[in-house]
Amino acid sequence: MNGTVLGNVESIRYFLPEIVLVGTILAVIAFELLAGRGRAPEPPTAIGRRSPVCDGTLAIGLLGVAGSLAALLSLGYEGPLLLFEGAIAWDPFSIFFRWFFLAVAAAVLLIAHPYRPLVCLHYGEFVSLVVGTAFGMMLLASSTNLLLVYLALEMVSLPSYILAGFLRGDRKSSEAALKYAVYGAAASGAMLYGFSFLYGMTGSIHFFEMREAIASGGIPVVHLLVPIVLVLAGFGYKIAAVPFHMWAPDVYEGSATPITAFFSVGPKAAGLAVLIRFFHSVFAAGGEASLRVIGSVDWTLLLAILSAITMTLGNLAAIGQDNLKRMLAYSSIAHAGTMLMGAVVLGGSGVHAILFYLVVYAFMNLGAFLVVIAISIDKRRETIADFRGLGWRMPFLGVSMTVFLLSLTGVPPTAGFVAKFAILRALIEEEIYWLAVIGVLNTVVSLYYYARVIKAMFLDAPDPTEPALPSLSRIHLALLALFLVPTILLGFRFGVLDAIAAASRFLVVGS
Amino acid sequence: MPPESHYLMVSLVLFLVGCVGVLARRNLLVVLMGIELMLNAANLAFAAFSRSRLLVDGEIVVFFVIAVAAAEAAVGLAIVVALYRRKETVNLDRFNVLHQ
Repeated sequence: MNGTVLGNVESIRYFLPEIVLVGTILAVIAFELLAGRGRAPEPPTAIGRRSPVCDGTLAIGLLGVAGSLAALLSLGYEGPLLLFEGAIAWDPFSIFFRWFFLAVAAAVLLIAHPYRPLVCLHYGEFVSLVVGTAFGMMLLASSTNLLLVYLALEMVSLPSYILAGFLRGDRKSSEAALKYAVYGAAASGAMLYGFSFLYGMTGSIHFFEMREAIASGGIPVVHLLVPIVLVLAGFGYKIAAVPFHMWAPDVYEGSATPITAFFSVGPKAAGLAVLIRFFHSVFAAGGEASLRVIGSVDWTLLLAILSAITMTLGNLAAIGQDNLKRMLAYSSIAHAGTMLMGAVVLGGSGVHAILFYLVVYAFMNLGAFLVVIAISIDKRRETIADFRGLGWRMPFLGVSMTVFLLSLTGVPPTAGFVAKFAILRALIEEEIYWLAVIGVLNTVVSLYYYARVIKAMFLDAPDPTEPALPSLSRIHLALLALFLVPTILLGFRFGVLDAIAAASRFLVVGS
Repeated sequence: MPPESHYLMVSLVLFLVGCVGVLARRNLLVVLMGIELMLNAANLAFAAFSRSRLLVDGEIVVFFVIAVAAAEAAVGLAIVVALYRRKETVNLDRFNVLHQ
């Protein structure tokens, strides 16, 4: 699909969703400053108690996200465009991700609302950081030049580092921030170094001009392979692919759980989006059906190996985990590997399957984290021992968690099965059998550790000395239903989502 | 003017020194310095390619990277200060409450 290049002034209209988000960040900060003026600073004991100011900041944040969605809706879609002289893509693929990130940001703001350790703890900053990350992710999924990819990646990373360390009094949280920041900065430094050499080889920072230079040939293998590996370090770090995954378990365990839920869906999807766009528009040429690898490096093989290692190591490491957040961290690494399998398939069917998988993954993974959040809103209850007997003590939570975990495994009547099946089908159609076999074997391994949690919830007796669990707040109940219904329903009525994913698989490939 | 390859050599050395700083040193401040070196290695390569090819894009990238590096250093140092307040140390190995 070729896009029309728009000048800077005409592009502003199409950038409205992002502009609304930036306005929201400023509005939240200004509101907190002005509304909180003249009051004494909140004492540490105020954490967990609501105030009109902190509810107001949340309301403004949600309004801003809703406004951005409304702007996106009002713009409609009339064909692919390249905004700002070809720096930002306006194509079905990027519009899909704009929707996705706005929905995830809204869900995370709502999930965090009843979570006591976060309530009223610099709430304005929390809301603006989440909205800022959403802005960065939207930019990352749509940028078509190296400079913008780097800036957008940092716009996702820098707020994420702060969010990871948001529970300031908590040693685990500060340590999570440290590990995230050190690994992240090193990975983005490596990526930037790779970019500089790609720029040197091709003489341009624009994706399509780079593609022309690569297609004309003459660049030796080593000169392309080294930058590609360095760039993969940066993208792989964002999606937590092995061997750039070391930060994930620690950061997931240490951060406040709503923030962990955010990391496991948002930045991961953004990393996948930029990876697909980068490789499909710089190192591949041809139309929708005849897309083929160009240049002297077969990066699809590289991605295939990366996805096989990521799935296998993620699943094997998850087996031994007793902390549920660490287990879900390794499980999310394994899911990143599964989605990477789709990126190996050129042409539309791979991207189509990934987009379908991402939506399903967002429902089931946010759902699983939501159950962990719901029982630990007053203190950290996140080991498997804390889940003993949950199915009998709080049947609704226990049953929903079971559904989410079965769906994460990919057991038939759930949405997870359909999603995994779509990816495997794309692989088999391309005749990449070895990778499909590894994918199926990994599903079997993952059943073991997910089933451990289900066993603890229903077959183990609860600890009689354990105090009563906190009751489910109304927001969490509503959100749980919101995640649960699609996780079940998409298992057999997936036509609508499938059509959306099919329509969103198109990337702009030139001007 | 020295040829492009000389600049690239220097940038490669800077990058490797930065990598070793991040991977091998245990002092957090030195780790942050290593990251700055990696970014500056990329900057030098961007500027060298721009200069030898008479393009301007790379030089513009350098300006943005300098600004982002400053923001990154601010966040990194803030995290280091928060940790130092609790443990009175900047040694990476002493931060080990998250197991494995």
